[in-house]
Amino acid sequence: MTVTIPEHNTHAIKLAMRRAERKRKWRAFLLVAPLAVFLLIIFVIPIGALLERAVDNPEVIDNLPHTLVALKSWDGKTTPDPAAFAALDSDLKKVSGTSSAGTLARRLNYEIPGYRSLLFKTMRHLARPAPNDQADGNPPASGEAAIKDRFMQIDKRWAEPRFWHAIVKNDSAYSSYYLLASMDLKRNMNGDIVHVPAGASAFRDIYGRTFVISIVVTLLTLILAYPLAYWISRLPKRRANLVMICILIPFWTSILVRIAAWIVLLQRQGLINKALMDLGVTGSPLALLFNRTGVYIAMTHILLPFMLLPIYSVMQSVPNTYQRAAISLGSHPFSAFWRVYVPQTFPGIGAGTLLVFIIAVGYYITPALLGGASDQMISYYVAYFTNQTINWGMASALGFILLLGTLLLYSLYRRLSGRELGLG
Amino acid sequence: MKTCKVFCALALGSAIMALGTGASYARDLTVVNFGGANGDAQNVAFIKPLEKKMGKNILVVAYNGEQAKVKAMVETHNVVWDAVEVETGELGRGCDEGLYEKLDWAHIGKKTDFIPEAVRQCGIGAFVWSTVLAYNGKSLKTAPHSWADFWNVKKFPGKRGMRKGARYNLEFALMADGVAPKDVYKVLSTPAGVDRAFKKLTELKPDIQWWEAGAQPPQMLAAGDVTMSTAYNGRISAANKDGQSLKIVWNQNIYDLDYWVIPAGSPNKALAEKFIKFATSPGPQAVYSQQIPYGPVNKHAIGKLDKKTLADLPNSPENGKNALLSSYEFWADHGEELEQRFTAWSTQ
Repeated sequence: MTVTIPEHNTHAIKLAMRRAERKRKWRAFLLVAPLAVFLLIIFVIPIGALLERAVDNPEVIDNLPHTLVALKSWDGKTTPDPAAFAALDSDLKKVSGTSSAGTLARRLNYEIPGYRSLLFKTMRHLARPAPNDQADGNPPASGEAAIKDRFMQIDKRWAEPRFWHAIVKNDSAYSSYYLLASMDLKRNMNGDIVHVPAGASAFRDIYGRTFVISIVVTLLTLILAYPLAYWISRLPKRRANLVMICILIPFWTSILVRIAAWIVLLQRQGLINKALMDLGVTGSPLALLFNRTGVYIAMTHILLPFMLLPIYSVMQSVPNTYQRAAISLGSHPFSAFWRVYVPQTFPGIGAGTLLVFIIAVGYYITPALLGGASDQMISYYVAYFTNQTINWGMASALGFILLLGTLLLYSLYRRLSGRELGLG
Repeated sequence: MKTCKVFCALALGSAIMALGTGASYARDLTVVNFGGANGDAQNVAFIKPLEKKMGKNILVVAYNGEQAKVKAMVETHNVVWDAVEVETGELGRGCDEGLYEKLDWAHIGKKTDFIPEAVRQCGIGAFVWSTVLAYNGKSLKTAPHSWADFWNVKKFPGKRGMRKGARYNLEFALMADGVAPKDVYKVLSTPAGVDRAFKKLTELKPDIQWWEAGAQPPQMLAAGDVTMSTAYNGRISAANKDGQSLKIVWNQNIYDLDYWVIPAGSPNKALAEKFIKFATSPGPQAVYSQQIPYGPVNKHAIGKLDKKTLADLPNSPENGKNALLSSYEFWADHGEELEQRFTAWSTQ
């Protein structure tokens, strides 16, 4: 017996199926839409804006358009033609007194420290009538040569090519200045990338230090958290809960409170030093604070739960029958632990390591309060440029390079471990 | 690029709007200061008396001095702060970049009533504070007198506390090297002067313990971690009120002012001017200096203070004798360059 479906019927079924399919797709889309929008707003747009800020360079082209045109034919070695002075004069008169004056002066000051006050001094003088003309009562001298003389009277520095070079250098809406500066590099007069003079900045050292501190803290938390997690996972439920609470209560305490507590413990006359001296372990107080030791101790303590929790959650799901089976088949207990148990906890170790490392890389308040001048991490300078000097280009560039470094390390991790990031 | 600017502005704007819903029209006058003991003193001296006088509420907000917030408000035309206390560096930069209203002195007061440093285009001084040499009176037998003594670890053994950063430390180093306060910025403006300052700092480097927050020096001095430290004068007096016996060397101190500004486009501009006028008038200024040892900016307030109060103020005739006014111009031009050099130096 065969059932034949009329031609028009199959068509209707197909249509209905397609409609159902579309409906399902829409529903699926609607389900993820809030997450997609959320990610777009808190993740994609800010990071995009960050990348844009790191190369954005509108100050000079927006405010000195005529000067840039006039400097097109400049040879770059001598004082520019009077025409360039006249163009700068007209540009500055337009900018003077507006808020653009501040941003322009600030941008040029990055190129040559002192440019800011030179520009403001020049604008202040240009706003007044020329002094010579007032003296002899003649009508104000005009012409490009007179304008050049006026600039020279205001400040001799306008004769130096480097001040003009700082303008020409920024004839594009995007600039690699901030990114180069975050790597201790700059462009010289010929446009080649060169090192900044020794001792002028140390961002490379700071990046290196940031990664070293993060790696050491990650290793320390791993060494402490693994046995602890193993021990808790072997405890009866009630006692395991009790130990977990002891771990979680500090975890829920404000980070500043914990830092203040560490200061009390670690200072020269603090509890730890007093105890050590009373026990006769050391004769004079150890330097535990305002150096790397203090940073390691406090960061390890603060980040320990982030390592412990993923490892513990994985360990809970590992049945200990495998280990027993290995021992009953003749394996040494340690070898059974190392070769049978530990590999099963790798996902937890991987998740914990990544979590701790990535959080540690962005640390700033702990080293700021417990470290010395050579223990500051890169976020300290991101915050400094964001809040103190409001140099958001520099802050973005530093953040961007940190992001890049972290992504590089993450891809290295993936290649080595051959797995994706998973939380336990 | 344009789209982001519009987008970001919208996002920021709506965020700020959400925070201050309905606050932009007919809201109370909002005064923003640094909080803490300073905020308490302002409450007693400025806020409460003016509230009583006007019969209106004043909203007080504490912040950390970061101008990023003011910038966001001004750029999105949603200004919810009216009178804001800012530091010198922020005042100059913000004024150049149009973040603050230019003051109308007809509504504030006579310029000649104030100390000259207090009168600026966009701001008027709120009070005078100072960075000083402080030491623990209990642990040092002979009293230090100058920055040269601060550098002398043979005569005064022990660690020295200094703020982590170039600002002020370079000035102190030059004064320790024998430069008179009035010549400090002249010397520091030359590359050789900067090298000289760093060289002098290097001498002391093994003995320096760096601090970050203003609360740290009194604590470090009291705990015996350091024997001498640079410190904010108000913090030392506050610690002494709590029973410490810390001493201040006023010789060669660096003083600076905090200023009142009005964010550009504030809808409460007239009220803000009223507040600023009140807060800089002799009576409230004198009350303020009695609450916390920061100096008045109004010349007529100095005469209203007794000897005991004056002894703790940065700009009393006695303490201000050999002092240095922190140069905004110098730090605006060279701040970032020198801070970066300081960072590199501290790593070596």
